[in-house]
Amino acid sequence: MFVAQSSPFLKPALSVSKMMLVVTLALIPGIITSTWVFGFGVLVNIVLAIIFALGFEALMLYLRKRPIKVYLNDKSALLTAVLLGLALPPLAPWWLTLVGIFFAIVIAKHLYGGLGYNPFNPAMAAYAILLISFPAEMTTLWPSPSMLAGHESVNFLQTLNFQLFNQLPPSVTLDAISYATPLDVVRTSVINGLASISEIEETGKTFGMLGGLGTEWVNLAFLAGGLFLLKKGVIQWHIPLSLLATLGFFSLLFGSFELDSNPSPLFQLFSGATMLGAFFIATDPVTAATTPKGRIIYGAGIGLLIYIIRTWGGYPDAIAFSVLIMNMCVPMLDYYTQPRVYGHNDRDQQP
Amino acid sequence: MSVSQQLQGIWPFPGGIKLDGKKSLSCQTVINHAELPRELEIPLSQHIGHPAEAVVKVGDSVKKGQLIGHAKGFVSAPVHASSSGIVTAIEERLVPHPSGLPALCVIIDTDGYDHWYDCTALIAKNDAEHNGLNALSAEQITGKVAEAGIVGLGGALYPSAAKLQTARKKDSDTLIINAAECEPYITCDDALMRNRPEEIILGILLIKKVVGAERCLIGIEDNKPEAWQALLDTIQGYQRASHEHDKQSIEIIQVPTRYPAGGEKQLIQVLTGREVPSQGLPMDIGIICHNITTAAAVYQAVYRGEPLVSRIVTITGGAIKKPQNMEVAIGTSIREVLDQAGWHKERVDKIIMGGPMMGFALPSIDVPVTKATNCILVSEPGELPTPPPAMPCIRCARCADSCPMSLLPQQMYWYAKARELEKVQDYNIFDCIECGCCSYSCPSNIPLVQYFRYAKNEIWDDERERNKANLARERHEFRQERLEKAKKAKQEAARLRKEKLAKKKAEDKKNAAAAKDGGSKSDNKPASSHADLIAEAIARSKAKKAQQQALKKNTENLTEAQQKQVNEANERRKKS
Repeated sequence: MFVAQSSPFLKPALSVSKMMLVVTLALIPGIITSTWVFGFGVLVNIVLAIIFALGFEALMLYLRKRPIKVYLNDKSALLTAVLLGLALPPLAPWWLTLVGIFFAIVIAKHLYGGLGYNPFNPAMAAYAILLISFPAEMTTLWPSPSMLAGHESVNFLQTLNFQLFNQLPPSVTLDAISYATPLDVVRTSVINGLASISEIEETGKTFGMLGGLGTEWVNLAFLAGGLFLLKKGVIQWHIPLSLLATLGFFSLLFGSFELDSNPSPLFQLFSGATMLGAFFIATDPVTAATTPKGRIIYGAGIGLLIYIIRTWGGYPDAIAFSVLIMNMCVPMLDYYTQPRVYGHNDRDQQP
Repeated sequence: MSVSQQLQGIWPFPGGIKLDGKKSLSCQTVINHAELPRELEIPLSQHIGHPAEAVVKVGDSVKKGQLIGHAKGFVSAPVHASSSGIVTAIEERLVPHPSGLPALCVIIDTDGYDHWYDCTALIAKNDAEHNGLNALSAEQITGKVAEAGIVGLGGALYPSAAKLQTARKKDSDTLIINAAECEPYITCDDALMRNRPEEIILGILLIKKVVGAERCLIGIEDNKPEAWQALLDTIQGYQRASHEHDKQSIEIIQVPTRYPAGGEKQLIQVLTGREVPSQGLPMDIGIICHNITTAAAVYQAVYRGEPLVSRIVTITGGAIKKPQNMEVAIGTSIREVLDQAGWHKERVDKIIMGGPMMGFALPSIDVPVTKATNCILVSEPGELPTPPPAMPCIRCARCADSCPMSLLPQQMYWYAKARELEKVQDYNIFDCIECGCCSYSCPSNIPLVQYFRYAKNEIWDDERERNKANLARERHEFRQERLEKAKKAKQEAARLRKEKLAKKKAEDKKNAAAAKDGGSKSDNKPASSHADLIAEAIARSKAKKAQQQALKKNTENLTEAQQKQVNEANERRKKS
């Protein structure tokens, strides 16, 4: 077939498919660390999510009469699946993953027009829906981290058995293997005035060296993956930096007034899904702002919202809601933050 | 003369991309001379503006450097025979243009003698070091540049003399010589600088004199250290040899290799920190930009009297056996040039004129080398692969990050695709220099530049249509007005007539009454009123005739032939 082509004739090696693949690969350190900290449930979640996601993606492509092989190969569904798999509590039952992936791929992505057209981050939209619809499952199924002294844990088969068939070994109770996440503890205890930071610290079950016990390692691993992406040029620095800086700044600002009821900035940065959100979720090209200034505001907005929701909101973690709210602002941000075009005055900008 | 040896005065431009230069392929010190072909095919339009008008006839014998097409208008350039021989045809032939449309060419059967036409130089080269340059007036130099058919050899093809004259009028203070050569593969400027640095510097001094610029900056990418050294040595040599150039500083500045550093606007920004206003020219900010090859051509015209009849062409690419730079007579078929360089015909994938970023695929290789031909790139399969079909835009904004003009290609793409042309213009599509960085960076393989070219053309088309419609409307309104006027005039005449008639009747009545009063006086009155009526009728018909004549006749402004036809028809009518 003759393809009429005009300049440029040079093409770089980077394609959408490769971009998605590199991002997915950059998640591997985080996946390994998560598995080490929280057990095999993490892997089960991811594998189930990938299977469901590819299935729904293929089905939707078929229904929308798109070339299935070409579009499946863009690996965007794969990345969404891995992200949601990582965000879900590691002891989540299989149907939670299924419902989540259904919402992410079918509703948040394809009903809006597929890759590139979805205004909301599919993984985060699904996460938010699950959190609202199944609050108990979404918050209580976090297994105790492996570094928690004297914790009980379940092996791979036992985990699988629980996730697929909701069965635990007779000697084990769910309470014995699960724990309240550090963010949850801080929110329920400190904010409600039940315990101060120092009192929580004494229990030794919540804080690690930097952030939350257990989650700090996961965050460090995601930070490493994110820095790799930055170095590879797959993502730009604007969003992660402004997000983390804003989150750190506000926790420092409010923390300096009441030290004992506000966790440190480091705790905010290295707990929950902060690093995953900053480097892998907020930087989703489809739903993020596109201009340099817009990206900085977008990242800062997410950082601020994370702090607000974590501190005064009704949910322990806030990545999903913050990202979704800022997704809504993207068209406006892009419009009002257009860069000055070469040879133009600042004034004569304004389409 | 102040010479900068370090990086200095570098204001980076936004965006841009790092490309694999692929320059080592064709980069050698020697410039080979292409053999003279049997037939030269010289297009009359090798520049922006009006095509030249042929001044030779079929059968004329011409010599090398003889004028064969003279410039028509201010923005135009003459065309010269690039070797001696006989004009065998002046006809439309396929030329190297993206449209693939034919254009008028002068075909010369070469005689192999390559005899020069009598070319007179303005000054001898060894004069330059003394007083030669000062003895020349700017008008003399501009005249010679115009005569020699020199055009912007960096790719713009704008007649250089016209640019020089405008720049002189506008008091430009800075002359920028573009030696960046930022496109991958191309090394013709590099080879020229290494081989003929003296010609270049002398050419630059000539241009500088015409423009009256206080300073001159040569911008060269830092991937050409040999060329940079050669120019630097030459500048320093002149500095030592002659003291009169002391005030005429030429600085050569190495700029970071980053595509498109050689874009006019980008180079100006890098070297001076100034920006050419949107829709404006460098002259608006006191800058004039010329290509390094153009400077060499100016030298040849002034010091040797030779018009632009050949140029250096880079022949390169994976399917070329011996990639190299060749000096080729303008009008030589690209097929012959490729044959001389040697090419693997079975391994050819694409044949591109220009570089891989802004060049275009040739519709055929049986087209001539023109003043615009800086590079012929023959790629082998896999070298410049055709991208897979475009995927949806994922809004990654790599296009915007790479845009040297700080445009938002993604937004322009959405609106161009939706054919919302006004919106596209709001996003400043006309500031797009079509460098191709956005298309290159797009992970979805969207041919963004193609969309922008399309949108620009659509907007121009719409404008033309609008202008046409406006003209038609104006014409229509004018006609309506004229008809209206004629109608009014008619009504006015009728009213006057009626009035007169009424008056007459009243008079008649009066007369009749008078006649009743005194019968003796009334005999001659009716008779006289009758005569009056006839006279009036004649006057009316005359007036009507005059009026009709006043309206335009289609028999006016006839050509001789048409008049003859009319006369013949009248004769026939008379006879019958």
